[in-house]
Amino acid sequence: MKKLLIALLFSFVSTSAFADGHSPCGVTDGSIKILANEFTTYRIFMDEVKSCAGDGADFSVTHSVDHNKLQVAALSANPAEFSAKLVTNGSITTLMNDNLIRPLDDLVAKYGSALQDNQKIVIDGKIYAIAFMANAQHLWYRESILNDLGIAVPSTYEEVIAAAEKIKASGKMANPYAGAFKSGWNLGQEFVNMYLGHGGDFFKAGTAEVSVNNDKGVAALNMLKRLTEVSNPDFLTQDTNAVKEEWESGNVALMHVWNSGAASLLDDEGDQMIKADTRLANSPTVGGGSKPATTLWWDGFGIATNTSDANAEASFRALLGAATSTEMANANPNATIWLIDGYTPGDTAGPVVDAANRGATPYPSLPYMALLHGALSTELVEFLQGNESAEKALADVEAAYVAKATEQGFL
Amino acid sequence: MPHKTFFWFFFPSGLAMLLFIGLPIISSFFQSLHIEPEQILMEVEKCDPFGCKTETKVDIEATTKLQEEQPLGRFNGLGTYGDRNHLAFEEIKEAWGNSSSMSEFIDILLNLPFYKALLFTLTFCFAVTPPVVVLGFIVALSINTLTKSLKGPTIFGVILPMIVTPLIGSLVLFWMIDAKGILGATIQYLFDDPNLSLKSSSQLTWITLIIYGIWHNTPFAFVVFYAALQTVPQDPIEAAIIDGASRYERVRHIVIPHLYPVATFIILICLMDNFRVLEPIIGFAAEGVAQSLSWMIYNDLRSENKMLFGSAGATSMLTIIGVAFLLTPVLIRTWKEFRTER
Repeated sequence: MKKLLIALLFSFVSTSAFADGHSPCGVTDGSIKILANEFTTYRIFMDEVKSCAGDGADFSVTHSVDHNKLQVAALSANPAEFSAKLVTNGSITTLMNDNLIRPLDDLVAKYGSALQDNQKIVIDGKIYAIAFMANAQHLWYRESILNDLGIAVPSTYEEVIAAAEKIKASGKMANPYAGAFKSGWNLGQEFVNMYLGHGGDFFKAGTAEVSVNNDKGVAALNMLKRLTEVSNPDFLTQDTNAVKEEWESGNVALMHVWNSGAASLLDDEGDQMIKADTRLANSPTVGGGSKPATTLWWDGFGIATNTSDANAEASFRALLGAATSTEMANANPNATIWLIDGYTPGDTAGPVVDAANRGATPYPSLPYMALLHGALSTELVEFLQGNESAEKALADVEAAYVAKATEQGFL
Repeated sequence: MPHKTFFWFFFPSGLAMLLFIGLPIISSFFQSLHIEPEQILMEVEKCDPFGCKTETKVDIEATTKLQEEQPLGRFNGLGTYGDRNHLAFEEIKEAWGNSSSMSEFIDILLNLPFYKALLFTLTFCFAVTPPVVVLGFIVALSINTLTKSLKGPTIFGVILPMIVTPLIGSLVLFWMIDAKGILGATIQYLFDDPNLSLKSSSQLTWITLIIYGIWHNTPFAFVVFYAALQTVPQDPIEAAIIDGASRYERVRHIVIPHLYPVATFIILICLMDNFRVLEPIIGFAAEGVAQSLSWMIYNDLRSENKMLFGSAGATSMLTIIGVAFLLTPVLIRTWKEFRTER
C-alpha cells in the first residue's frame, strides 16, 4: 500500500533512453566545489558524489547549517566560491531572483538519461535544478512512554499538548516535547508550518503584500506558545540538530522534526534502547483543520552561473551520478525518501507520503518569501517569551517585512 | 619634530587609513543612500516533484536591465535611515501621539529593532567597561607583587581569555552553561532549582553576555595596567613607606594618580570595542533576546535573501555616529589634559 501511494504521489515516469546517454561518473578534470546544508542524509549523498567524481577532479564540499546565509554572497562573486549548491524549494528562489544558478537543459540532454521527469525542476520551461529527495517535518514519539501512560498516538496538536502534559504530570520527563524553535530560520519555519496548518495565506493573492496578522496567525502563535511551554526552557537556542541530541539523550518523548532525521536517529550509534523505542507518526493537524501542519520539501542541486562551463559540467556530472544512483538509495532506504529511479522506500517514508496525501502544501517558492521568513525569524521571540501579545508580534513581523521588501524593490 | 619629518613619518599610515578606512566609509555612506531597483515580477509555470503550478518569479532579464542602468540602485536619500528598521521617525511620531504614558511610549520605542539593539549595545558597553578597568587594575597590582618565577605562567594564564577567539570562547561557555553543562548544573544545584536555565530568560542571557564580556576584556586592561605599573617611580613610594603609609594609601595616592591617563586610554578602547559587540551574541545563540548594532549589520548581510547593502550601510553609519558620541567626553578630557600638560 505504501509503495502504491508513493507511486501515485511522485508519479514515477521511467525514462527509456538509457542507451544513448553519456555516463556521468569518472570526471577527469575540472573543479567541483559544493556548498550544502549539514545533516546525515546529505553526508551520505556527498560520499556518493565524491566516489562518482573519482580522483581526476579537484573535489571539495562545505557542509554548513548556515548554507542559506552564505549562498548569495558566495555565488554572486565571479568566479563564484562554489560551483554547485544543494538547494531546496525554499532556497532556490533566492538564487533564482539574482540569476545565480544556470539552466541545465544542455547538460541534462547530454548526461541525464537516467533521470526521472519528476526530478527535473522546471521553471518557465527550463531545468534549473535536479531534485533527489523529498522531505517533510512530522511527529516522532517514544512508544514505551506513550504505552505506559495509556496515551494514543496524537493526531492533532491539541492531543500532542495533552499527551505532553500527561507525561510531564507523570514525572517521567520534565520537558517531553521538542521542536526546532531556535530563533532564526528554524523558528520562522515552525510558524510557517503552524500557519499553513490553520489554512492561512502569507500574501494577498498575486502580490508581495503580506497578510499574517489575522485570526489564523494569532491561533498559530498561541499554539506555538503552548508547545514551548512543554519544551525545554532553552528552546530558543535549539535547532534541529540540538533537538535530535535531546531525543538521543532520552529527554524527549514527542518531537516534530524532519523525516531525514531517521538517518541519524535510527542508525547504529547512540542509545539502542531509545532507537528501538523511536516511532514515526503522521504530522498532526491543528485547530480542527484537515491539512497537516507541515510543509513538503524537495532537495536537489543547482549549478552556479558564475563558474566556468568546464567546472559546471564536472560538478553536474558528479552530482548527477549520485542523484541517479539506485544503489545508494537502496543501501540507505531510511535516510530519506529518494526520488531516484528504482528506489524501494523504507519503513520511514509513511509520514511524508501521508502529509502529501492529506494536502500539505509545499513550502512557498515565492521570490519574497525569504524576506517574510527572515522577519518571522526575529520578531516572534518576544511573544514566545511572554513579553508581547500575539497581535503585536504579528504587526511587528509585517512592519519588518514591509521595510525590507521596500528596500529590495518588491513593494 | 619638524613638520616635514612628521609628514613623511605619518604618510604611510595616513595613506593606509585613507584607503582602508576612509574610502570604505565613504562607499558605505553612498550605498546607504540607495535601495535595490524595482523587481519586475512575472507569472511562470513551475514544475517540481509535487506537481506543476503557476507561480510568481522575478523577471531576471528585465530586472538585470534595470540593475545595469542603475548599478548603485535607486536613490532613496536618507529614506533608509528613517525607515522602521532604523531610526523609525514615523513610528516614533505615531507612538508619541498615541501613547498615554511615558512608559508606554518607551515600550513602543524599545520594540523597534534599532532602539532595541541600541539599548543592548549601550547596556553592554556601560556594564562591561567599568568592571574591566577595576578588575584589570586589581589583577595587574596582584601580579606585580608575585615572585619572578611565578609571574610568567600567571601572566600567560591571565591573558588566555584574550587569546581565545571570541567566537570559540563564547561557544565553550555556551556549552558550559547548558543545563547539563558543568556551570549550568552547578548553578541549578546551588539555587536548588532544576528548571533554572541561563539561556531561557532575556535578563539571564544579558547577564551571561556581560560576564563573558568582562572575562574577555579584562586581560587587555591588565596588560596595559601591568606595563604602566613598571613605570611608577620608586622614590615617592619609598618615601611613603618611610612615612608609614599603608599599602592601600600608597596605591590610592601614588599609583592611581600615576595611572590615570592609562585608565582613560583603556576606557576609550573598551567603549569602542564593546560598542561593536557581535561574536558573543552568535556564540551564545542569543540573537533572539540580545541584538547589537553590529548584529543588525551582520543580519542584513547574512540573511536568507539578497544582501541588504543599503540597510547595512545605514546601520554602519549610525554605529560610527554612536561611537563618536560615546567617545566625545573621553576625548575632550584627554585634550584638556594634553593642554594643561603643555
